[in-house]
Amino acid sequence: MKTNEWYPVRPSTRASIAVAVALTLFAAGCKKKVVIPPPPAPQPTSEAARVNPPSASAATIAEFTVEPSTIERGQSANLRWATSGATEVSISGGIGTVAVSGTRIIRPDVTTTYTLTATGSAGNATRTATVSVTAPPPPPPPAPVVRSNVGTLESRVASDLQDALFDYDSNNIRDDARAALTADAAALQKIFADFPSASINLEGHCDERGSAEYNLGLGDRRASAVRDFMVQLGVPAAKIKTISYGKERPQCTEANESCWQKNRRGHFSANQ
Amino acid sequence: MTRKTLYALLALALTSAAFLFGQNVDIREWITGHGGKPAIAVTDFRGAGAAQPLMGTFNSTLFSDLDGSSLFEMKPKSNFPLSNPQRPEDLRPEDNKQGLALVDWNGPPVNATHIAFGYSAAVNGVLVLYGYLYDTRPENSQAPQLLYGRYTGSMDAAGATKVAHEFANDIIQKFGGAGSLLGSRIYFSSNRTGADEIWAMDYDGTNQKALTSLKSLSIMPGVSPDGARVAFTSYAKGTPRIMVASTENGRLLPFYNQEASLNTTPNFTPDGKQIYYASSASGLAQIFVAGLDGQGFRRISRREAIAVEPKVNPKNPNVVLFVSGPGPQQIYKMNAEGADVERITNGEGEASNPSWNPDGQHIAFSWTRGYAKGDWNVFVMDIGSKQFVQLTHSEGRNENPNWAPDGRHLVFTSTRNGRPQLYTMLADGTQVKQLTQTGTNRYPVWGAK
Repeated sequence: MKTNEWYPVRPSTRASIAVAVALTLFAAGCKKKVVIPPPPAPQPTSEAARVNPPSASAATIAEFTVEPSTIERGQSANLRWATSGATEVSISGGIGTVAVSGTRIIRPDVTTTYTLTATGSAGNATRTATVSVTAPPPPPPPAPVVRSNVGTLESRVASDLQDALFDYDSNNIRDDARAALTADAAALQKIFADFPSASINLEGHCDERGSAEYNLGLGDRRASAVRDFMVQLGVPAAKIKTISYGKERPQCTEANESCWQKNRRGHFSANQ
Repeated sequence: MTRKTLYALLALALTSAAFLFGQNVDIREWITGHGGKPAIAVTDFRGAGAAQPLMGTFNSTLFSDLDGSSLFEMKPKSNFPLSNPQRPEDLRPEDNKQGLALVDWNGPPVNATHIAFGYSAAVNGVLVLYGYLYDTRPENSQAPQLLYGRYTGSMDAAGATKVAHEFANDIIQKFGGAGSLLGSRIYFSSNRTGADEIWAMDYDGTNQKALTSLKSLSIMPGVSPDGARVAFTSYAKGTPRIMVASTENGRLLPFYNQEASLNTTPNFTPDGKQIYYASSASGLAQIFVAGLDGQGFRRISRREAIAVEPKVNPKNPNVVLFVSGPGPQQIYKMNAEGADVERITNGEGEASNPSWNPDGQHIAFSWTRGYAKGDWNVFVMDIGSKQFVQLTHSEGRNENPNWAPDGRHLVFTSTRNGRPQLYTMLADGTQVKQLTQTGTNRYPVWGAK
């Protein structure tokens, strides 16, 4: 039923529905209780009465208790009973015929009312005893899973993810970058599995030669090119935030090609 | 092709050439001030009583301001006559060879067309300076006085500097200069506190102070025409975004940034009513324009290459320079609708950082033409004729030239002494002065105040 179909219902109708729902729930709750009505007392035949003159003894129940009367689910309780004058004693709730006096350990899952029926030649007696079963308190949240090699997000990002390197003034993903990023995508899946709430910064960097202003645009292009590639490999786009640093945050400051190449990169960092 | 068509084409070509030639002063002449500068003799002013100890400061400041304007040919004091006039009453009409006649200054060895003279006195604890500017040429002897001013300042070096600046400013304005640099300020990024913040200083490098305290990376300021605001790029909120601050107290003013990984290179329009900037809101960084609060933004450029650094012409709001590809970055121009795109630099090397001269005709910019990638030098170009002149010559990397309001000075970044520092120079590349020393200082812009 769609939620909005509730709205046209008039208050009075709504109240009736509420009552009906409450009754249904109540009934459902009661169904679980094992309440077996006492069997009808057997009518002695007139012949039996004649042939076996009554010994004039009526059954009585001296004691029928459950201890403790409230248990948590899974715990046990003791039924204790004592009768006299009974020819047959039985307890409902799947226990059946028992000795005239005795104890029985019970372990009900839900609140249960037990009925003791003592049948005597001169009359029957019944008595009930109820054991309330409460649900145990909820368990504490599961302890954090301790894996020996998880480390911190920062250390994992730093150690497991490689840079994607670029040509000068280019945002094309080169073959070497393609290989690095394919490995990165797999590593990222593991990192996100170990740190489900983590997200990653994808930084675009440039070497020092282009103008700083143009390089902000170029770094942005590089970061988005890497992000698009990672998304193609199944990394969720929402987990990656791109940031261009242009040439403002070089990792290498020498003026030679080997250093410039290190700076022309897409670089992963932990999003704080 | 018929003969008639040929003639028509030839005529058209000649007209075009004549048009271009006639329109444009040669760039070399332009940068040195069109030639024919007034030759000025600036006498040493003397002070009465307590004012005398301050006159050393006054005389050197006055000389330096006038010299720095590049408007004048400064005559050497060593050739001056023994006597200097201090008041108009001291002047004699006849040549007496002693310096008290104007012709003494006009003829050899001084050969000045103008003379500045005057004196100072302490009046009720205030420094009062009386300054005069006279034309020395005989043809103007009927009305030689061009300027008389009375200037007041405190009885200390600051007061002497103030009155010198004011007198120099009046002289410069007499000669059509855009005024002195007095009161103008330079805004820039400095990391001297540990993080790059936006800083301000007076035009001569004094009074350096931080405007922002964002403890992030705040760079590339643009200043409003009235000097009241700076807009800049900051990483204070993670990704590069545009922020606007008051130049008076550094207070941040609201600016709406588009949802984008990059919003950068903000520049005010010359009318002060809008901000052009670059944003990756549409994917690739492109030029947008918005109100001063960032609202009402509109995309301008539609390039298939990165576009940054929009600069609107001070005389024509329909001419916008920017830096873009494809290929090596070059300076382009477009109209305010993003159409009529034309490349300004000739495709050599890489070009960036265009800065309009207040005349709307010339730009200063950075270019690697003639050098390796990354070896930037400052150039000046006539935007009409495309003639250009190189002002720096690979003394370190020289970038981000920005014109002073007087249209004659430039501030720029150079690594000539190691780390990037700010320097000023004249439009012809002379009179280079280093303004900053501490930390790394970059991205200067010169504001009216």
